[in-house]
Amino acid sequence: MKRRNFLGLMGAAGVSAALPTKAQAGGNVHFEGYPGSKGVLFDANRCIGCRKCEIGCNEVNNLPQPEKPFTDLSVTETTRRTENEAYTVVNKYETSGGPVFRKIQCMHCLEPSCASACFVAAFSKQPSGAVVYDESVCVGCRYCMIACPFEIPTYTYNDPITPKVIKCDLCDANINAGKISVPGCVNKCPKEALVYGERDELIKIARNRLEANPEKYIDHIYGENEVGGTSWLFISGVPFSEIGLREDLGTVSGPELNSGALSVVAMVPALWPLLLAGVYGITKRTDKINTKEKADAVAKAIAETQDKASEDMKAAMERARNDKEATVKREVTKALKEAEEAAAAGDGEKEEEGA
Amino acid sequence: MTTESVSKQSLLTPFNIIAGLILLMGAALTVWRFGWGIGAVTNLDNNNPWGIWIGFDLLCGVALAAGGYVTSSAVYLFGMKKHHAAVRPAILTAFLGYLFVVVALQYDLGRPWRLPYPFVVQSGTTSMLFEVGLCVALYLTVLFLEFSVAPLEWLGKKKLRKLIHGMTIVLTIFGVVLSTLHQSSLGALYIIAPAKLHPLWYSSYLPTFFFVSSAAAGMSMVMLEGWISHKPMHKVMSDDYLGQSDDLYYGFAKGASWVLMGYFFIKVIGIASDNEWHLLNTGWGQWFLVELLGFVLLPSFLYAIGAREKNLKLIKWTALLTVLGIVLNRLNVSLIAFNWHLPSEMRYVPSWQEVGVTIFVVTMIVISFKIISSKTPIFYEHPDYKDEH
Repeated sequence: MKRRNFLGLMGAAGVSAALPTKAQAGGNVHFEGYPGSKGVLFDANRCIGCRKCEIGCNEVNNLPQPEKPFTDLSVTETTRRTENEAYTVVNKYETSGGPVFRKIQCMHCLEPSCASACFVAAFSKQPSGAVVYDESVCVGCRYCMIACPFEIPTYTYNDPITPKVIKCDLCDANINAGKISVPGCVNKCPKEALVYGERDELIKIARNRLEANPEKYIDHIYGENEVGGTSWLFISGVPFSEIGLREDLGTVSGPELNSGALSVVAMVPALWPLLLAGVYGITKRTDKINTKEKADAVAKAIAETQDKASEDMKAAMERARNDKEATVKREVTKALKEAEEAAAAGDGEKEEEGA
Repeated sequence: MTTESVSKQSLLTPFNIIAGLILLMGAALTVWRFGWGIGAVTNLDNNNPWGIWIGFDLLCGVALAAGGYVTSSAVYLFGMKKHHAAVRPAILTAFLGYLFVVVALQYDLGRPWRLPYPFVVQSGTTSMLFEVGLCVALYLTVLFLEFSVAPLEWLGKKKLRKLIHGMTIVLTIFGVVLSTLHQSSLGALYIIAPAKLHPLWYSSYLPTFFFVSSAAAGMSMVMLEGWISHKPMHKVMSDDYLGQSDDLYYGFAKGASWVLMGYFFIKVIGIASDNEWHLLNTGWGQWFLVELLGFVLLPSFLYAIGAREKNLKLIKWTALLTVLGIVLNRLNVSLIAFNWHLPSEMRYVPSWQEVGVTIFVVTMIVISFKIISSKTPIFYEHPDYKDEH
């Protein structure tokens, strides 16, 4: 009973891990996102660093007021990242093309690394385009934070009882509840640096802008293919690495990176027992053969010794018999000789008597 | 000497005093951690979500507990039968190692009481961590069963003991399968983060690196433990154990030498397949070479010399060097070369409380080992079950 459970779990260890839900290891499958899913296009050429998007996010998500008010634009000059109290921030970068502002928030990957990494599947990519997090199952291992290539998720380390991961949900909960129709940050942008819409449409809009003003833009839509594609897209007049967007992330998604290692997993419980049992069998057989050979050798040695001993014995017996015969013969000869001598002496006496 | 006077004397030994102080500190840190949260006692932050509780307690703990599967498979499967006396201490260390890996994990997890969630509430089967969790949980069960033979002999439960003893081969094979899976999966955890781990350490071969090096770590740890426990545990060591131990050192030294040589070659292949030769000429490259040449290739040669010249002293010191090398490798992957792209002021350095909890956990392992191995038949054979292997 216990063993059966154990075997069942063993199977689960191998098979379940080898069944990724998306981004199959085998097959020529490429996930291009849910059809009609939404995203946001950010245009660095239009952003003026007014922090209005930060205000919009703060209001919609009922976040606490920051230490320095949103009207203080000097905070954009230090490089900030997402925090528990700020799902999005705008930073100023000194670039080859002068100061440029860039907004940071969850990129809402098409095939999210966080979702692939989470061992309770707390993260999921919604058909709406949002990557959402379910606090009710989170164990707090923080592997999602290790996995995220954009270093977005944060953790409430100071909460001893209900710590959780925090990140932008593209206002999915509020939009689904009908409270708002576009994300809080997009709603507040005064310069249309942010456009919310279907991702496919956003790519067309972005491409039109690049084509219309090739001298103003780098010919690349950041997020179209990065880490397998993201729902947030960025266009810029300066190289993306100069505004803090890494250009060395590649186009392979997190689940795809994992798929190779995961595909090997099932092979281990399938083949290792065969190999090991084989090795055990060979070892046992060698032992057996060795034992048998040893026993045979011993038996042979004993038999040889015995043969030799009995031959020796036979020879000794023969010798003894020969000795005995010789002795008898000698004794007989001696007796006969004595008798003859005695007879001869008797004749002499007789002759002496007769004379 | 009566037993009473022995126990009275042994209570105030330097070992007991230091261990007692560490346990007190650990208790205080435990209250601090669970009363005030992870943030109150650690230097972890949003850029550095994993510290030494993962990098050392989990990664090194699991690698150094590999002695269990290495020794039991060497003895029961690969025909090193005459070293059967080495299996029990190795299994006990492995069992305690894994048990306290799970204990240490409670400190690191945000909501540790939810640890069974991946198996009973919702499974994230695409996660490498799910793989690690499931295999560690199963292997802990296997180790518990393997270890349970000794306390069952001590308690005189003959029937149950016979049942479990009969499963030795099956348990050993399961142990190797599960160890292969989770040792390699620990390396595979980092496959998802090519942007954060330095390219010299990042490789799609990470799972293989972790598994192969765990075998060398396991053998070295068995030798190192034998060396350390020899003096305090001498009185409970059987002639059988003591008589074999030299031979075991030569056998394992030879094995570890070959494994380290293989590990060296696959590490070089990792560099070659990603064509990262030019990176060796950087500061990170030199640090990488220190690890690879000083803590992999050098011990491989030293083990070979030690085994050839039957130099026990050299073998023992090489075991220490190898263990340090594995620790260095795991810390490089998880902490030192991880997040290498961040500016130095954003890098992680453990807090004294984190170090304190780690020392606390290691101390608990040592104390448990001492108590169990002096009470139950670990270093000697129970007289009722001699000649039964």
